[in-house]
Amino acid sequence: MREIAEGFAAALKMIARLDADLVQIVLLSVRVSLSAVILASLVALPLGAALAVFRFPGRRAVVVLVNALMGLPPVVVGLVVYLFLSRSGPLGFLGWLFTPAAMIAAQTVLVIPLIAAVARQSIAELWTEYEDELRSLGVGPLRTLATLIWDGRFALLTAVLAGFGRAAAEVGAVIMVGGNIAHVTRVMTTSIALETAKGELALAMGLGILLMAISLAVNIAAYAINEAARGRAAPEKA
Amino acid sequence: MSAILPLSVRGLTFRADGRALLDDVSFDVEPGGCVAIMGPNGAGKSLTLRLLHGLAAPSAGAVLWQGPRAAEARMHQAMVFQRPILLRRSAAANIDYALSVRGVAKAKRAERVAEALEQAGLAELRDRNARVLSGGERQLLALARASALNPEVLFLDEPTASLAPAAAKRVEQAIVAIHAAGTTIVMATHDLGQARRLADEILFLQDGRLVERAAASAFFAAPKSREAHAYLKGELL
Ligand SMILES: Nc1ncnc2c1ncn2[C@@H]1O[C@H](COP(=O)(O)OP(=O)(O)OP(=O)(O)O)[C@@H](O)[C@H]1O
Ligand SMILES: [Mg+2]
Repeated sequence: MREIAEGFAAALKMIARLDADLVQIVLLSVRVSLSAVILASLVALPLGAALAVFRFPGRRAVVVLVNALMGLPPVVVGLVVYLFLSRSGPLGFLGWLFTPAAMIAAQTVLVIPLIAAVARQSIAELWTEYEDELRSLGVGPLRTLATLIWDGRFALLTAVLAGFGRAAAEVGAVIMVGGNIAHVTRVMTTSIALETAKGELALAMGLGILLMAISLAVNIAAYAINEAARGRAAPEKA
Repeated sequence: MSAILPLSVRGLTFRADGRALLDDVSFDVEPGGCVAIMGPNGAGKSLTLRLLHGLAAPSAGAVLWQGPRAAEARMHQAMVFQRPILLRRSAAANIDYALSVRGVAKAKRAERVAEALEQAGLAELRDRNARVLSGGERQLLALARASALNPEVLFLDEPTASLAPAAAKRVEQAIVAIHAAGTTIVMATHDLGQARRLADEILFLQDGRLVERAAASAFFAAPKSREAHAYLKGELL
C-alpha cells in the first residue's frame, strides 16, 4: 500500500515538473497515434462511405470482413507489419523497422477497420436521407462520397476519435515494430509495461495518469463536438 | 427551344412483389404545360413522378424524352419530393450546391443563389441551417433550389400537402412564377383548388391505372369516368 502511495506521489511530482523523459514519451505517443489516425482516416472514411453507397458484387463480404477486422488483435497487426518491414520483407528497403514510422504504420493498419466500420454505419444513415436528392441532381460518384463525408463530419469525428483511442491505448503492435527503444520508439503504453516490469512505479503511474487524462480529454472533445453539432441543429431562440 | 420535350410515356408499368403498382400508363407531355397528377392515396402518383424523373426503372414500357438532349434528360429536370430533402447546410449553401453540381461556374453562383432566395422570400434565412427550417420554409427552399437550376421540366410531389394556407399560397405563387418563366410542370396533388388554379391538364390515376386524362377545365366541369366523378365528390365533402 505504501509503495503505491509513494509511487503515486512521485508520479504527480514528475508530471508537475514536466520530467524530460515523461514529456518526450508523451509527445511521441501523441505524434504517432495522431499521424496514424490521420492516415487511417484518409483511407477509412472514403472506404466506409463507398461501402455505404455503392452496390457491387461482393459488397456484403467486404462489409463483414471490415467488421471482423475491427476486432483484430494488435499483436497480429504487429506481426504482419513486422513481416512487411523486416529486412527480408517486401517493404524492408524503407528501413522503417524500430522507428516511429513503423509504429505509425502498425497503428494505421490497426484502426482502419474500426474507423471504416463506424463511418460506414453513419454514412449509410445519411445516404438513406440524401439518396433521392443527390440522384435527382445528378451528383457523380466521387462527389457523392465527398458530400456525405462533409455533411456527416460531426458523426464521423466520433469514428475518428474512437480510432485515436484504440491507437493510443494499444501496446502489442508498437512494441513489436518499434522495439521500445529509449528516446526513440518508447511510447506511453510500452513504457508503462516496461517500467512496471522493472518495478519503476513512479514513471509507470505518471504515464498511466496522463494516458487516462488524454483518453478522457478525447472523449470530452467528442462529446462537446456532438453537442455543438446538435446545438447548431436546434431551433434558434427568437 | 426544347432540350428534352416533348415526352412520350408508353405502357409504363412498375411491378413490385408481383403486384402492378403502375399498369400500362401512356400519355404525352408537351412543352409549356402544367400537368396535375391526381388520385387517391396509393394511386401511384409519386411512383409515376419517380419513373419520369428516372429515379426508378420501369418493369415494362418506356419514358421517352424526345428533344435533342434526351440522353441526359435528368440534367434538364428538377424535382421537389413529397418530403423535401435538404442538405445539412445553410439555405444558401443548399442552392449553391445544386448549381455547382449542374455545372454553373462559381463566379455566377453567388448572384443566382441570392436571386433565388430573394424570389422565394427567404433572403433573411440565407445563413440558417436547413435542418432547423419550418415545414413551409423547407418547401419554399426546396422549390427555390429546384427553380434556380432553370429546369425545362419541374416535378413537384404534393408541394403544399402539409402547409398552412399562408405558406401554401406562397408556394403556389412561386410555382406560378416558375411556370410563367417557361418551365413545364408535372405535379402530384390532392388539392382540387390547387389543381384548378395551376393545372391545364389532369391525369387521374387510381390503383396504378390511368383512368382519365383531360383538360383541367373539362375535368372539373364534368369528369368522364365514374372513378374521377366519385373522387371529386369525395374530396369536396
Ligand atoms: N419501390 C416500391 N416497392 C414496393 N411498393 C412500392 C414502391 N414504391 C411505391 N410502392 C407502393 O406503390 C403504391 C403507390 O405509391 P405512391 O407513393 O406512388 O402513391 P401516391 O399516389 O403518391 O400516394 P400518396 O397520395 O399517399 O402520396 C403504394 O401502395 C406504395 O406502397
Ligand atoms: Mg405520393
